[in-house]
Amino acid sequence: MQISVREIINGMEGKQALLQILLAVQDASPENYVSEDAVNDIAYMLNVSRSRVYSTASFYSVISLKPRGRHIVQVCINAPCENAGKQEILAVLEDQLGVKLGETTADRQFTLEGVSCLGACYVSPAIKIDDRLYGDLTPELVVSILREYQEEATALDCNAS
Amino acid sequence: MNVVRFELNGQQVEVQGGLSILEAARQHGVKIPTLCHHPDQRVKANCRVCVVEVEGQRNLVASCATTVSEGMKIRTNSSRIRETVQTILELIFANHPQECLTCVRNGNCELRRLAADYGIREVKGESSCLNLPLDTSTPSLVRNPNKCIKCGRCAEVCHHVQGTGILYSNYRSVDVMVEPEYGKSLAEVACVLCGQCASVCPVGAIHERDDISKVWKALDDPEKHVVVQVAPSVRVSIAEEFGFPPGTIATGKLVAALRKLGFDRVFDTDFSADVTIMEEGHELLQRLQTGGVLPMITSCSPGWVKYIEHNYPEQLAHLSSAKSPQQMFGALAKTYYAKKAGINPADIYVVSIMPCTAKKFESQRPEMSDSGFQDVDAVLTTRELGRILKQAGVDFSVLEEASFDNPMGISTGAAAIFGATGGVMEAALRTVYEVVTGQELVNVEFSAVRGMEGIKEAEVDLAGSKVKVAVAHGLNNAREIMDLIKEGKANYAFVEVMCCPGGCIGGGGQPYGTTNSVRQERIASIYKVDANLPLRKSHKNPAVAELYDDFLGKPLGELSHHLLHTKYKNRGLHKLKG
Repeated sequence: MQISVREIINGMEGKQALLQILLAVQDASPENYVSEDAVNDIAYMLNVSRSRVYSTASFYSVISLKPRGRHIVQVCINAPCENAGKQEILAVLEDQLGVKLGETTADRQFTLEGVSCLGACYVSPAIKIDDRLYGDLTPELVVSILREYQEEATALDCNAS
Repeated sequence: MNVVRFELNGQQVEVQGGLSILEAARQHGVKIPTLCHHPDQRVKANCRVCVVEVEGQRNLVASCATTVSEGMKIRTNSSRIRETVQTILELIFANHPQECLTCVRNGNCELRRLAADYGIREVKGESSCLNLPLDTSTPSLVRNPNKCIKCGRCAEVCHHVQGTGILYSNYRSVDVMVEPEYGKSLAEVACVLCGQCASVCPVGAIHERDDISKVWKALDDPEKHVVVQVAPSVRVSIAEEFGFPPGTIATGKLVAALRKLGFDRVFDTDFSADVTIMEEGHELLQRLQTGGVLPMITSCSPGWVKYIEHNYPEQLAHLSSAKSPQQMFGALAKTYYAKKAGINPADIYVVSIMPCTAKKFESQRPEMSDSGFQDVDAVLTTRELGRILKQAGVDFSVLEEASFDNPMGISTGAAAIFGATGGVMEAALRTVYEVVTGQELVNVEFSAVRGMEGIKEAEVDLAGSKVKVAVAHGLNNAREIMDLIKEGKANYAFVEVMCCPGGCIGGGGQPYGTTNSVRQERIASIYKVDANLPLRKSHKNPAVAELYDDFLGKPLGELSHHLLHTKYKNRGLHKLKG
């Protein structure tokens, strides 16, 4: 049973700021996004219009309004990573996952996103998977990192069935 | 008030403190161009066409958002400013369809006026216009996202005046869209169709649905008997469409103009407003005497009715069951008038002239067909009336004044004031007082319920028992009263709510340029109309008495109930899913 917006908001300490709520709701979502039902529920709980909640959610790129995979793979697309070989890294990611930038894998395990600067230029090229940063990447390294996540996903699926 | 001295284009001038450079300059005859600025709204400072030079500041500043201070040296006219404003305008034009000739705002577009003033003769750079579909999902409004210049005026009025919160700015940077969440159509969200967004839009991005061709078709059909009704507030606003100052009273010219258009009968919504008072007044008395649901709330304003249906569906029993004057007129025109004039109601076509875009929606509510036909066939706003008269070549300024036709053209001052906030309350009190006390009400003016204050309260002595009443206009104010009612904290017997600020004189279908100061002018004129009429109480209207004697029987009687009362719909949207 998924945690409800009401429970998330009631469980938050201090001032309930819209952006913090949106982030918490997104984090609690198995599909890593803020659903339309959640937008409506947040509006109801905060007594603001749905359009205001949507406006804020759509303004920040950190919030997704579309369902995403279980893992978010973020590739830095700024100049330092570009110069350090981002093209090659991205090509391996797209090849391994079978999706293009901005897409989600058919098994809904991975969403591949381009982001502006992960603050890790010193280890460029860099990517981030969920909350974990990976730097000084080579194509081989990317394959092995991805394999860990893929194996974990398979293990989870086996346990579930 | 402290005085601030500053230099404006090389001249020493002074203004009271606290004004923006924009306002201060206007006081000294310098008109700085604006687009996103609106005198009744908060400062947005996003269009940047009002930039000026302030000595000592490297960049140009937005004059709407900068307070004038002592010793400031301001230039509003330099080559740097002119070039900047021209560039800003050219950038806006690059994203704006060049369809000015066929645009609904042709002739009164604020962007086009700036283009003319600044002598823009070509659009430099690459044009990148959107080609998105129009939102034609409602009978009232058409939203054209391609023409939106993202000034934010509509979102401001939708959130901070009406509290409906439908239009807002989504996404960021070049992708910004002012629209409902998820780009939904207006029919899919809790929009009340008040049209205040259309009223403040500087361009043609949102406007009333144009029903002029429907009306021409009926007028051109020899088989149709086309009757027209005019809302109370239109007589104090239509003249603005022809260049007369706000508040010009034009009742007689309006009637003459409508006759020139070819209507078979020119009737008055004021007549059915008097009928509304009879029905609603008696409903109030019945509720007071039989322990009915109180407070009773007025139901004349279709935007307000839609708002309560969406947002307070559990409070619908508070709404008076009386239909609005527009709908009472329609139902009576196709029954009472048809019978009296010996005309087949199937051949009668009812046109309304309304200050309101929501009236278009109201006329198409499926339950509004108690005459056996759609009671009101077409609704034109005041702006559309201005246009149809221009199409017909009617020269408003030289028209001889004329009078409404009988019997549905006879009315009282009580009906006239329906057009202003507090008017329905005052009209009802004039009648209810006399019905309850059996005494003549000598001073008919209830000044406590007049004026532009958001929420007004009064206490009335009805034969020894004191009754508390309240009046709200603008839905943000209505919401405050509804929350009190919801919490059981409101001890009112009767509440008047008008959707739009100032009441119908400030409706979303009124002439462009409706600001709060224009509203004040129109309100003053409405009360002048009332004061100049020989009859000022609805129950003293002889045509209304005749209607009850010959046709309806008595207020709240069986036929009244069938033709003049209605039911409401739960449109509740706000339900917690999780």
